[in-house]
Amino acid sequence: MSEKKEDVRFGRFGTVSFTKTMRVNDFIDHLEKGKVMFTHCKTCGANFFPPRADCSGCLSSDMDWREVSGTGKLVSYSQLQYAPVGFEADVPYSIAMLDYGDFQIFGRFGNDLDPAEVKIGMPMATVANTLSNGQLNFVFNKA
Amino acid sequence: MGKVAIIGVGQSRFVRNYPGSIRELAFEGFKEAITDAGITPQDIDASILCSAPEYDKQRSPSAVVAEYLGLNPQPTFYVESLCSSSSTGLRMAYAMVASGVHDVVAVIGLQKMSEISSAESQERMGRGADIQWESPFGTMMPAYYAMHAQAHMDKYGTTLEDLAMVRVKASTYGQINERAVFRKPVTQDMFTDPKNMMSGPVSSPLRVGDCCANADGTSCLIVASEERARSFCRKPVWILGVGAASASVNLTGRDTLYGLRAAEQAAKQAYAMAGLGPRDIDVAEVHDCFTIAELLAYEALGFVGPGGAKELIRSKETYKEGIIPVNVDGGLLSKGHPIGATGGSQVRTIVLQLRGEAGDIQVRDPQIGLVHNIGGVGIYGNVTILGNE
Ligand SMILES: [Zn+2]
Repeated sequence: MSEKKEDVRFGRFGTVSFTKTMRVNDFIDHLEKGKVMFTHCKTCGANFFPPRADCSGCLSSDMDWREVSGTGKLVSYSQLQYAPVGFEADVPYSIAMLDYGDFQIFGRFGNDLDPAEVKIGMPMATVANTLSNGQLNFVFNKA
Repeated sequence: MGKVAIIGVGQSRFVRNYPGSIRELAFEGFKEAITDAGITPQDIDASILCSAPEYDKQRSPSAVVAEYLGLNPQPTFYVESLCSSSSTGLRMAYAMVASGVHDVVAVIGLQKMSEISSAESQERMGRGADIQWESPFGTMMPAYYAMHAQAHMDKYGTTLEDLAMVRVKASTYGQINERAVFRKPVTQDMFTDPKNMMSGPVSSPLRVGDCCANADGTSCLIVASEERARSFCRKPVWILGVGAASASVNLTGRDTLYGLRAAEQAAKQAYAMAGLGPRDIDVAEVHDCFTIAELLAYEALGFVGPGGAKELIRSKETYKEGIIPVNVDGGLLSKGHPIGATGGSQVRTIVLQLRGEAGDIQVRDPQIGLVHNIGGVGIYGNVTILGNE
């Protein structure tokens, strides 16, 4: 008897993931290979980050994966000195958002980046990252 | 559509560790509201329970609350929009009464947050954001609002001192509000004294003093048709405008972080429906879950133009004697923020103000009041405008 194996790859995303099964779970395979990807709607050309399986503009589900490249502008950030349950070991860390024009990316600063060195509006790059607990995410570094 | 009034208001004390269950908590505000309205539970045609889930064990809490309050067999409904749940409940009640489906509706907001630890509470609040793409980074409410604060400071030159001024104002009134959870005075220099708790870092640039306190509490509003209002009530307060809007949960869908679009849109709708503008408002309650949130509200509501909030707080024009008194009950910062009860509590404050029954915090002769209540980090925007006859 064979059972279809459940696709739980998204459980590897972030320090603690709250979901496992998404139709964009291929994101995790790309991330493992060092690539941060967005989805591109083949029907209407819209680009999405976070990646979506379905286009909210034209309702098509025909999507391509494309790699996030270049730099985005820092929109804002905050350094946490107090963390929710499950993230205590990461403190302090900084969450942030970059604007790539077509889309924005929400994530974290790289660990060695001191928030005192950053300025809103500065260009930063998004890179794949492996956390100390073996989980995967992506971080923003100075470009 | 017919006119709709609020004919009774009630609220418990907002406390840490309420020594009872959620149904018992609900009783406190409900009893006060129906006593205030001069009605009995049999006069109520339907009830709406408003809370954010996962802070207590009860599932489908509207049913146990309706049972406990003697509101069977009337229909009961559960609505949720995080921190603005009871403003959403009020909007639902407004629609039910205006459409003639029901004549008298009780809107009961409640939250018992103390069954879980503060860190667990932050984790649950964090999951009121995008759990797929944001929460895995370790987000929490103060951090999201901190990003808005950072953006507002960068764009408009708002300072840490401006943020502290909001907290100082809140404590001015929290001290004299018997229902408030935080009744101690707060001064500007506490924020610069590293030994003072208020200056403790939470999520830059926000400090402990910039954040509201969790609390257990309940609120209750009795909403009625014009006919019923006039038969029951000495001083009905009329709902003149209701506005509601939503924004993307994930911050990546927002075009700016130095303002909350859902609040701006809700305000626009409420002003248009009431045929009023920002200058007509005599007293306001705004959603100051964090100090920055009050400044964002001044701008979203049009009390000042974009970037003008800092001037308004510096000139003390939002104090009780100012041009536009805001949160003269201590706000969420001092009164406390029992999530599902908050909107109803804000409405209660405005109703008492308009009736001239606000006691020590009474603003001089207000005729029009406004409530701004936000769910999540700008996900749900709600603005309600109330007025006298
Ligand atoms: Zn499309």
